[in-house]
Amino acid sequence: MANFTPLSAAIGGALIGLAAALLMLTTGRIAGISGIFGGLIGWNAPDRDWRIAFIVGLILAPLTGTLMGYALVEPQMPASWAVIIIAGLLVGFGTRLGGGCTSGHGICGVARLSPRSLAATVIFVGVAMVVVAVLRHGLGG
Amino acid sequence: MLALAGLICGFVFGWGLLISGMMQPAKVLAFLDVFGAWDPSLLVVMAAALAVGGAGYAVARPRMPLFAARNLWPEKTMIDAPLVIGATLFGVGWGLSGLCPGPAIENLATLSPRLIVFVIAMALGIAAHDAWQRWRVAAAPLAANADG
Repeated sequence: MANFTPLSAAIGGALIGLAAALLMLTTGRIAGISGIFGGLIGWNAPDRDWRIAFIVGLILAPLTGTLMGYALVEPQMPASWAVIIIAGLLVGFGTRLGGGCTSGHGICGVARLSPRSLAATVIFVGVAMVVVAVLRHGLGG
Repeated sequence: MLALAGLICGFVFGWGLLISGMMQPAKVLAFLDVFGAWDPSLLVVMAAALAVGGAGYAVARPRMPLFAARNLWPEKTMIDAPLVIGATLFGVGWGLSGLCPGPAIENLATLSPRLIVFVIAMALGIAAHDAWQRWRVAAAPLAANADG
């Protein structure tokens, strides 16, 4: 647990919860990123303005972060382009079919005490842990 | 006003991901790697977000939102096949990359070519799902007639 950063995790997590609560109090919407982003895809998707604004705010955060001493670090991505594309397709299709992602189900849904969201969260965290275990440690664990 | 609220909430959400380190796929994968050098930070992020978000939702639930006619509170309660299959497919993609939609979109700020390709693939996955759903709805009356 050498990399455990509980303080920054708690502060960051509290801000994420605050953002979700504020969005519900002001717009009545769920702060699920896959839903917000997914609603922008398609020709006559309704309700575009606040979705675009949310995503602009999301991208502005790390840019303003550079002014406060948070370096803009290029994310570590899989070496294989095929893995990047397959993972992206699965994340897009899966979150759309399942009706949410880490934010919509994992945070907003569980905070609403929704059994659906709790089930989805247990499944995607569990499956992702199995995938990482197989990739990093082989089938034998 | 709806757009202004969206902008501010997206900005606060983005700062939460930034401060917590969850913009970094390596940090997320360290949480998912329970047999390696396990990093439980994501669990703390979730717990803090649930504490603040849960309290906020308890306040928001019975109220009218400030800038909208009503709360768009999800009504579904059933744990059905699309939920289970969708969460499973998402879990595979998340485990392969360490990226879920929020950090993926926020990382567009880095202009990383690999990340941009990931987000395009994610958008195509969403578009493929939506096209498939439209096709199913369009094909449904024919399927119903086939039996009769």
